[in-house]
Amino acid sequence: MVARKESESQRTTVQKKSEREVVVTRTFDAPARLVFEAWSKPELFKKWWVPRSMGMTLRSCELDVRVGGKYRLVFGEDPANAMAFFGEYLEVVPNKRIVWTNEESGDAGSVTTVTFEERDGKTLLVMSELYPTKEALDAAGTGAQDATHETFGQLDELLAELSAR
Amino acid sequence: MPAANSSILNHMAQYSPTHFNASFAALADATRRGVLDQLARGDASITDLADKFEMTLTGMKKHVGVLELAGLVTTEKVGRVRTCRIGPCRLEEEMEWVARYRQVWDARFEALDGVIDELKRQEKARGRKKRK
Repeated sequence: MVARKESESQRTTVQKKSEREVVVTRTFDAPARLVFEAWSKPELFKKWWVPRSMGMTLRSCELDVRVGGKYRLVFGEDPANAMAFFGEYLEVVPNKRIVWTNEESGDAGSVTTVTFEERDGKTLLVMSELYPTKEALDAAGTGAQDATHETFGQLDELLAELSAR
Repeated sequence: MPAANSSILNHMAQYSPTHFNASFAALADATRRGVLDQLARGDASITDLADKFEMTLTGMKKHVGVLELAGLVTTEKVGRVRTCRIGPCRLEEEMEWVARYRQVWDARFEALDGVIDELKRQEKARGRKKRK
């Protein structure tokens, strides 16, 4: 179990900005370049994007983080039930900002913007998901796996593993 | 990088976001929270509520209107009396919706903390020769 200081600023906030947009914020105790690195290198990204508590297996993770570059994430226990998520990076400003499309649902796909703001050695991360229409947001993810089966025991295990290395 | 976003958005479909905002706006006011408390104990007319909260009928009508719009209260007019009762909106579900969304991102970000700690350690180990 990792003892983590749960200061107010470090908590994850979730806010619906409009019927088309959800915004998540979180502060990380590290300079922006490290947070950016963890978002832009596939070998690092796959360590945290799908914590085991999510009950999903990441089969492959390809990220080409530069303007016009593509990404592709494939989930599933075996190829038969694999689910792919993919899109393109629209903007990449090292250590500051990444914007990408989510194209697996066609025209209804959202655009995700992540910004990294460094202050006194800490980084405020703001992530926004903007859908083309309210309907797209409402309909998004139909049929996808339910993420509510969180098992925090597993998460603790993962964190212990990561921090023991 | 959407995986969990999609599953999260499933819940949005279930707990309509517009509605969700309306309930939060409705609850942002102390009088309206008081009215809900009161109605949880039993139905009441607008007049009863106006008396109880020492405000004008018009003022109370406005508050009840906001609560009604959010589905937190329903009203029914019988003769000259409008009776208010707790509405069909199940608030717990809405709270749950945000809690779940947060849970997913919290889990992710805690794992990200682990990755970042590791990067910090590596950087430190590489020592001072690095540009500072």
